[in-house]
Amino acid sequence: MIPIKKGFEADIDYNYQRMYVSGMMQLISHMLKAGSQVDDVIKAEVADMPEGFVFRMCVIPGELNLTMQKQQGALVNLTNYTDKPDLTMSFKHVTFAFLVFSFQEHTAQAYANERLVIDGDVPMSMKVVRCLNRLQTVILPKVVAKKAVKTYPDLEFIKKIQMTTKTYSQFLLNLVKER
Amino acid sequence: MANEYYEFFCPVKMVAGFKALEHIPFELSSHNASRPLIITDRGVRGVGLVDIVTKALEAADMQAIDIFDDVPPDSSMITVATIAALYREKECDSILAIGGGSVIDTAKGVNILVSEGGDDLRAYSGTGVVKRPLNPFFVIPTTAGTGSETTNVSVIKDDKTGAKVPFVSPFLLPDAAILDPRMTLSLPPKITAATGMDALTHAVESFTGLAKNPISDAYAAAAMKKVTTYLPEVLKNPSDAAGRLQLAEASTMAGIAFSNSMVGMVHSLGHSVGAKCHVPHGLCMSILMPHVLEFNLSESSENIGELLLHIAGSEVYASTPVAERPAKSIATIIALKEEMYALCELPRKLSETGSVKESDLEDIARMALDDGSMLLNPIDATFEQALAVLKKAF
Repeated sequence: MIPIKKGFEADIDYNYQRMYVSGMMQLISHMLKAGSQVDDVIKAEVADMPEGFVFRMCVIPGELNLTMQKQQGALVNLTNYTDKPDLTMSFKHVTFAFLVFSFQEHTAQAYANERLVIDGDVPMSMKVVRCLNRLQTVILPKVVAKKAVKTYPDLEFIKKIQMTTKTYSQFLLNLVKER
Repeated sequence: MANEYYEFFCPVKMVAGFKALEHIPFELSSHNASRPLIITDRGVRGVGLVDIVTKALEAADMQAIDIFDDVPPDSSMITVATIAALYREKECDSILAIGGGSVIDTAKGVNILVSEGGDDLRAYSGTGVVKRPLNPFFVIPTTAGTGSETTNVSVIKDDKTGAKVPFVSPFLLPDAAILDPRMTLSLPPKITAATGMDALTHAVESFTGLAKNPISDAYAAAAMKKVTTYLPEVLKNPSDAAGRLQLAEASTMAGIAFSNSMVGMVHSLGHSVGAKCHVPHGLCMSILMPHVLEFNLSESSENIGELLLHIAGSEVYASTPVAERPAKSIATIIALKEEMYALCELPRKLSETGSVKESDLEDIARMALDDGSMLLNPIDATFEQALAVLKKAF
C-alpha cells in the first residue's frame, strides 16, 4: 500500500501524481457528464447555468485540465478549447490537485489553503463546486466522500445506492455511445 | 484549529492617529507625487471632510489638481472611465480616495486604467490580471467598517450588463491608508453602529472561518476587542475623537484579517439581503451574525467559544466553563445588538428594518447559496438551512 501522507510529505513522485491527476480529471469529467444527465441535484444546478457556459479546472500552467461546457441542458467534455473559459479554477501545483483528487482535501479547503485560484463568474463557481460535491457524494463510498466534501449531506443509504447505480450506468452508456 | 497552510499579505502602510492627514504631503512626495486627484462623493464633500484634506495639502504648498465628487453609491465602469479621463486631462500623478467602500472601489478601478492604459476596465477583470505596481494611491476612509483600504479587491458594476465585475490583484492595494478621527467624527449614530458591527463581523467571520490563520487571528482578535469596547462609548459620546480613532483602527485591522482569511455565511446572506431589499450592509451583518454563529456551532464551536475572550474580556472568559463559552459568545453579541438598539435604535431583526418582507426570504436564501462567501463558511448550507436562519433573523 502506498503510504500517502497529506500535503508536502507525500513521497509520491510528481510524475505519478501528474498521471493520477490526469486520469482522475478524465474520469470526473465523464462522471460529471453522466451526473448532469441523470442526477436531479446536478441537473438543477446545471439548469441555472447559461447555455454555452464553459468552466475549467486545471493545474497551472494549464496543460492538465478538465474543461466542460453546458450544451442542450447537460455538461459535455471539451478538448482543445482555446478561448478563455467563463470560469477557471486553477491549482497552483500538481501536488495540490493530487490532494483534492485523492480525496485528502476538499475543494473549499484547497481554496482556504490558497492552493486553488478561482477566476471568473463567482456565483457559477459555487454551482460547479456543488456539482462536484454532489458527484463525489454519489459516486464515492461514504467514508471517502466525507473527506472529499466539506459537509456530507443527509442522504439516505437507499437513495445513495440508487443514484450511484444510475450515475455509473449512464457513465458506461456514454462510453459505449462515444466509441 | 488553524489551517495547516496559509498565506498572509498586507503591504499597506498605516498612517493612523491624530493629525494623520497632515502626513499626506510627505507621503505623496515620498512616492515622487505632487499632483493628486481627489476622488470622493457628494455626501463626504458636503460635510466638509474634503476641505480638511485640501487645507492640510495647501499648508505644505501642495494642492489637489482636481476633485471628482460624483461617485455613485454603486461603483460603475462609466464613472471609472470618466474619472480616468479627468486624471489624464489634468496630468495628475496620484490618487487620494476619500470616502467609503464605493469611493475606494472606484478609485482602485481608476488607478488600473490610468496606470495600465486604455479606457475599458473590463480588460483587467478577473484574478491576477493586473501584474505590476500601479500609480501612487492613498485611501482616507470616512467610515469605520468596510476595511476596503486593506483589500486587494474592487467590485465595479458593468453599466452595459448590470453585472458586478470583480478585479483582484495585490497591486490594487493602496500605498497607504490614512486613519484620522476627524474623518469619522460626523458619522451619524446609526451609521456608526452599523459600520462598527460590520467591522466586528469581518473579525468574527475571519476568526471562525475555514481560512483562519494565526496572523489574521491576531488582527481579528484586536479588532473585536476595540469594537466591543469603544462602539458603545462612541455612541454615548459621538464627539469622542479617541474612541472614533479606535473604531477606525478596528475597521482596518478587521479588514486586514478578512482580506487574508475571507468571510462566511453572514456575508452570503447579508449580500443577498442587501441586493434584494437594499438594506445597508452593516445593518445586515449586525442582524444576521448571531444566527449564523448558532448555525455554525456544530462545526466550529471551539472557535466560537474562543471569541468570548476577545468580545467579553478575560474575566468573563475565565469564569465561563469551556463548554458554555460558545453559547456565551453568541449571547454577548446579542447583548451588544440590544445595546445598539437602546443607544440608536439599530434594528435587531430583518422585520425591524422596514425593507424586508417575509415573502422575500426564499429568494434571499436562494441567492445566498451562490455567494462566494459561502465557500469558506464552516458548513455548506442547504437552501432549507439558509431559509431557516433567515426566518430566525426575521
